[in-house]
Amino acid sequence: MNGDDVQLADVVAVACAEAFRGDGEIFASGMGVMPMLGARLARATFSPDLLVSDGEAFFVDGDLPVGASVATTDDAGIEGWIPFRSVFDLLWGGRRHVMMGASQMDVYGNSNIANIGPWERPSAQLLGVRGGPGNTINHATSFFIPRHSTRVFTPDVDMVSGIGYDRAARLHPNARANHRLARVITNLAVLDFDTPDHRMRLVSVHPGVSVDEVVANTGFELVVAEDTPVSRGPDAAEAAAIERLDPRGLRHRELPKAS
Amino acid sequence: MTADKRITADEAAATIDSGMTLGIGGWGSRRKPMALVRALLRTDVTDLTVVSYGGPDVGLLCAAGKVKRLIYGFVSLDSIPLEPHFRAARQNGTIAEPVEYDEGMLQWALYAGSLRLPFLPTRSGLASGVTDVNPGLRTVQSPYEDGEELLAVPAIRLDAAFVHLNRADQRGNAQYLGPDLYFDDLFLSACEPGRRFVSCEQVVTTAEMVAAGPFQTLRINRSMVDGVIEAPGGAHFTTCEPDYGRDEKFQKAYVEAAADPDTWAAFAERFLSGDETAYQAAVAAWREEVAAP
Repeated sequence: MNGDDVQLADVVAVACAEAFRGDGEIFASGMGVMPMLGARLARATFSPDLLVSDGEAFFVDGDLPVGASVATTDDAGIEGWIPFRSVFDLLWGGRRHVMMGASQMDVYGNSNIANIGPWERPSAQLLGVRGGPGNTINHATSFFIPRHSTRVFTPDVDMVSGIGYDRAARLHPNARANHRLARVITNLAVLDFDTPDHRMRLVSVHPGVSVDEVVANTGFELVVAEDTPVSRGPDAAEAAAIERLDPRGLRHRELPKAS
Repeated sequence: MTADKRITADEAAATIDSGMTLGIGGWGSRRKPMALVRALLRTDVTDLTVVSYGGPDVGLLCAAGKVKRLIYGFVSLDSIPLEPHFRAARQNGTIAEPVEYDEGMLQWALYAGSLRLPFLPTRSGLASGVTDVNPGLRTVQSPYEDGEELLAVPAIRLDAAFVHLNRADQRGNAQYLGPDLYFDDLFLSACEPGRRFVSCEQVVTTAEMVAAGPFQTLRINRSMVDGVIEAPGGAHFTTCEPDYGRDEKFQKAYVEAAADPDTWAAFAERFLSGDETAYQAAVAAWREEVAAP
């Protein structure tokens, strides 16, 4: 597959899957279509020991397409039961890597899904902090951001639902032992925090996207290397797995065709 | 023979006084005790402290102006992420005392309450916005050689609790048949005896209940329950698997109606102005209407 005909949603699916590479036998938990596809793609290809769920209460055995139910899918079944209380037990123990959304994120990875504007009386109430504080302090967290913009990547976030590296650094060593923000995948690029002071770094740009475009759509200073690689598309096995896991093409609704 | 605890939803709601702390079971838009919430909407109770993994229960109580203090980790309709009435209440500042916790902290607060402990320690919430906006939260230091500082989540004791299960007997033993108990047992256990209410799809004999599912479904025993309310469709429009799934069309109509005060007034008049029987009849009529070509 060459760079000209690769679809953006497939590049992003692979990038989401890559976030779980090397995670071993833990719960790869995706919130939303693309993170869920990423987790299942990683399990179907290079990280076969991962556990993935149906987003309800079951660990899935086999390739369950995104948006489908284990009850109505012949090729996938159940390998375990994971009701919410067990999710909490498991995540506090650290054996989980979640990929979720964020409405705002700063240079150290502090993230916000709770509200926009002052918490006391927000201009836009969103979900609330949900499990973000517990997720980020207890296990690895990655993010999928479908629209990379200066509205999302902001100098400060209005409410810290997920803790970034500057806040984690102030914690007792045991408390921060599991804090790890692995990857941030957007419609433009892949980012991480693998820098000496854990500021956000540009890892790769998606095909057809320039470094300048990423920088211009980021509201703080990114760490950018001299040569930034281009995010890879799926290999043959991955492309086949993506088709099995998303035969309806739900991924394309989240990410229109490559720019 | 132990007591017959069967009462009506309105009798349960009549025991709730203004200013009380009410815990509501379920999760988001899943197996919410909506018949009990609707009964509470018909009272003049106000100034409640509500504790919930919030969904339309929180939304409706906010829209009715009954919530003074809300202890929550989120409020969501699941398939529709944002709850419109909760959003409006937060954006208009009508919840006087919002208390926002991490989801796991909320479990810990209820668990501490159910065990009669003053608090339980956790890492979840440390260094996050939760501690920024809840300045009353305190930490404790591990007394062992690690010396780690942990968040001390204060116990919640409830004055009243509402949960909705699939089956119950008249003595208050109750059963869930769906994929997840959520935290319904903790809401009941963290509540003072007297106002612990279980609504259910069906009141059956104890033997019938035991036969309806494996022993592991029998997580609510009668020492946790003061009143049993038979309320078929009592979780509508939220899920009550396997009896019924979420009424997605109705939930969508609820959200659309909530977008505007006039359409909401019409929705409330149509569906929420009568008792539970009237509600279920209005929903049935609405279903026929939207199914018509």
